[in-house]
Amino acid sequence: MSEFDPNTPIYAQIVDSIKRDIVTGALKPGDRLSSVRERAEALTVNPNTVQRAYQELEREGVSETRRGMGSFIVERDSLIEDLKSEMAEAILDGFVERMRALGYSPRETAKALSDRLAKTKGGNA
Amino acid sequence: MATILETNGLKKNYLSKPALRDITLRLDSGRILGLMGPNGSGKTTFMKIIAGLQKPSGGTFAVCGETAGVKTKGLVSFLPDRNALYSWMRASDAIDFYADFFADFDRAKALDMLGFMKLEPGQKVKEMSKGMTEKMDLVLAFSRKARLFLLDEPLGGVDPVARERIVSTIIKTWTEDSSIIISTHLVNDVERLFNDVAFIDSGEVILTGDAETLRSERGKSIDQLYLEIFADR
Repeated sequence: MSEFDPNTPIYAQIVDSIKRDIVTGALKPGDRLSSVRERAEALTVNPNTVQRAYQELEREGVSETRRGMGSFIVERDSLIEDLKSEMAEAILDGFVERMRALGYSPRETAKALSDRLAKTKGGNA
Repeated sequence: MATILETNGLKKNYLSKPALRDITLRLDSGRILGLMGPNGSGKTTFMKIIAGLQKPSGGTFAVCGETAGVKTKGLVSFLPDRNALYSWMRASDAIDFYADFFADFDRAKALDMLGFMKLEPGQKVKEMSKGMTEKMDLVLAFSRKARLFLLDEPLGGVDPVARERIVSTIIKTWTEDSSIIISTHLVNDVERLFNDVAFIDSGEVILTGDAETLRSERGKSIDQLYLEIFADR
């Protein structure tokens, strides 16, 4: 069984994992998503939950349904870049929020981040 | 979406002791409902009434719009929490027995599931472990073309490998035009299967809703919610 964070909706986690697969190249634009039932069995989750995740991906313009053939990743040049910036946004939101919770000002946060990047091998801050 | 099950104020008294006080639920087709509550909360009584094995003391229920009776019995497949097979039977005898008993029994499907569960047709019921019996019962319950499947504690006393097989089988059996009710107190193992959940205590529904909505509203897993609800009771 694959692992989910039990505290957040499962469909949202399926959406995120498919987006990650697109960004990493495991899924390519034009690829067919496995059927609802196949994915439900692979993840051992309720098929309705997978269905809901697919609907969400379609609503967000990540996938499209072709009648009688299933769901496919859209073939849009900007897709991977769009998903990357969306994910980066989410990571940054969390980072900024947690730094603020520690009492860091925006300036201190920026400094801490650039110091950290300077220390990272290959970082070019 | 068609409604598979609708209950209205179901009550059941054993002598003077109330087992069900007021169960009002609705289950749409294609949904899997988790019925959760501690031992003695009324889960089994509720299922037996819906399966037509007991009469309610009050209230009504309908399966696919049919009110309680011979017709609803044909629409409901019940997996009891206790083994209902004769110990002299082999797996293949049990399948024959069910096939004789239920017109909607699909023998080919049963044999197929038997293989998936790694059970041998020649195996005797009395030589089966608890986990094997549980798997055998599930094969029988799921081989009917019913509209409503009632699984009473399908994971009780089953090892993790068998548990995973059972969970996979539940997903394989799922169709859009039937519904499944699973009673359990091993919430963690199956909560990912649930669309709807109903927590019952002392014969009453104390919380019901969409599983994903509850997760996001409360920021908790269904398992944690269960612990929170029943810790103080």
